[in-house]
Amino acid sequence: MDYSGIMEWLRPDWFFDLAVVSDEYNRGRYIAGLWMTAKLAVVSIFFSLIIGAIGAAVQGAQSKALRVLVGFFVAFFRNTPPLVQLYFFYFAIGTVLRITGDNGLPQPLIGNFGWAIISLSLFAGALNVEIFRAGIEAVPKSTVEAAEALGYTRLQIYTDIVLPLAVRISLPALGTNLVNLVKTTTLAYAIAVPELLYVSAQIWSEDLNVREMMNVLLISYVGLVAILVWVLHRWEKALRIPGYGR
Amino acid sequence: MAWTQSQTPPVKGHLPVLLPLRSMPQALPLQDRLFNVWTASILVLALAAALITPAFAQTDAPGRSAVAILLEWTPTLAKGFGFNVLISIFSMAIGTVLGVGLGILQISPIRPVRQLAWVVTQFFRNSPWLVLLFYCILLIPFQIEIFGTKIPFPGWVKAVIGLSLPVMAYMSEYMRGAILSIPTGQWESAESLGFSRSQTLRDIILPQTVKRVLPSWMNLYAVLTMATPLVSIVGVNDVMALTRAALSAEGRVDLLIPMYLYILCWFFLYCYPISAWTRRLERKYSVNL
Repeated sequence: MDYSGIMEWLRPDWFFDLAVVSDEYNRGRYIAGLWMTAKLAVVSIFFSLIIGAIGAAVQGAQSKALRVLVGFFVAFFRNTPPLVQLYFFYFAIGTVLRITGDNGLPQPLIGNFGWAIISLSLFAGALNVEIFRAGIEAVPKSTVEAAEALGYTRLQIYTDIVLPLAVRISLPALGTNLVNLVKTTTLAYAIAVPELLYVSAQIWSEDLNVREMMNVLLISYVGLVAILVWVLHRWEKALRIPGYGR
Repeated sequence: MAWTQSQTPPVKGHLPVLLPLRSMPQALPLQDRLFNVWTASILVLALAAALITPAFAQTDAPGRSAVAILLEWTPTLAKGFGFNVLISIFSMAIGTVLGVGLGILQISPIRPVRQLAWVVTQFFRNSPWLVLLFYCILLIPFQIEIFGTKIPFPGWVKAVIGLSLPVMAYMSEYMRGAILSIPTGQWESAESLGFSRSQTLRDIILPQTVKRVLPSWMNLYAVLTMATPLVSIVGVNDVMALTRAALSAEGRVDLLIPMYLYILCWFFLYCYPISAWTRRLERKYSVNL
């Protein structure tokens, strides 16, 4: 059997031949991509949390029409591919939503970065609605009744009693979803947002160092997720309710 | 079951009786109950309208109507969608087998094996699907020669392997969780009955994990199916690639929104029943305290 082919493919030296570190131009692009991914992730996390909180609040509302509307939103965004959602927003709605620019030519109202944020926020937000709703449902009824007996108003119960408990209950599931969101930011590659995957693809197609860039890329993403997991873990620890769990 | 006013309580003299506390299964959330008589009839009506409209629209429309074009492309798109489903089934099969193995390794009594399995699981679980897909597409050779026979690796096979890696990692985590959720007493009693470790695993522990893993496994399948359009980015002709080809062939701006919505609906109709059923199973198997 011929081992040289396998050794050639494995390339023991690929760990040490990192164009990202050695070449200044590539390093600059890589850091810009990393920064873009971080921006995408943070802004989408922010908006998805807001969507989740509003959606979960609406699902507890009196109006049935509103609840059904949010139910449809959640069901639709949870059960369709995020990539197709992104294409739908960017290529379908983005093409229709155009304004006449200064030079008289039609210009897109929202750029690819904007659509990536909107699409990712809606996708993760739909899951957050579900997670927060489950958290709110898990708050013991007796706690709410006790608050009612103490004369709290509905709003006070929601902000002072239910929400703090619900946030703590839903933190593990929320963490999983946010990690997923960071991983989903790679989809922005498909609409040419210059994020980490996109710049890496540029680098490897110019420098022909696919293996090295691939490994750098994987390690970068695992590192990014590790940072997020660490932050969430710290947060979870800080918010821990004494007397629950171990 | 609570006694209503009309029924006579079985105790004479209408004594106030404290009924035994029963845990009622919680109602399914609204988003999992959306497939009912009403939405089904609306869907049927919409379909009927879509079928009838072209007959009226033909006279005054400049070209063919959007609905007519959609219907015309449907067989092609259906083939593409079938390919997506095929990819998802193959990836799921490979990922499940590998994942169960990795999950069992994660609870191995040998420390280095356990740690290695943990690292592999975490690595593949935390890297983006698209990056893993790129990894497999670009780094797996297009054919491998083993003992003189050439095994070709076309793009879609590499895509299947790429998608099965995260499935493996998730499955491994689910298996670990399920195995750890089996009471220690089961292991101990099996040991006292003289079962070896492999016998305990095969005959006692693993059969019990099936029920615990099933809802997560089904959910994972739905997630995987929703990840299959990613293969269009790396050049496999799936439903997404075909849709974009169809759109550029027609070259009509008014077709963009209906076409993408149409594909979204296909995925929705395939994935929604799976996830709704998963929720039902989860509720059924969950312990209500």
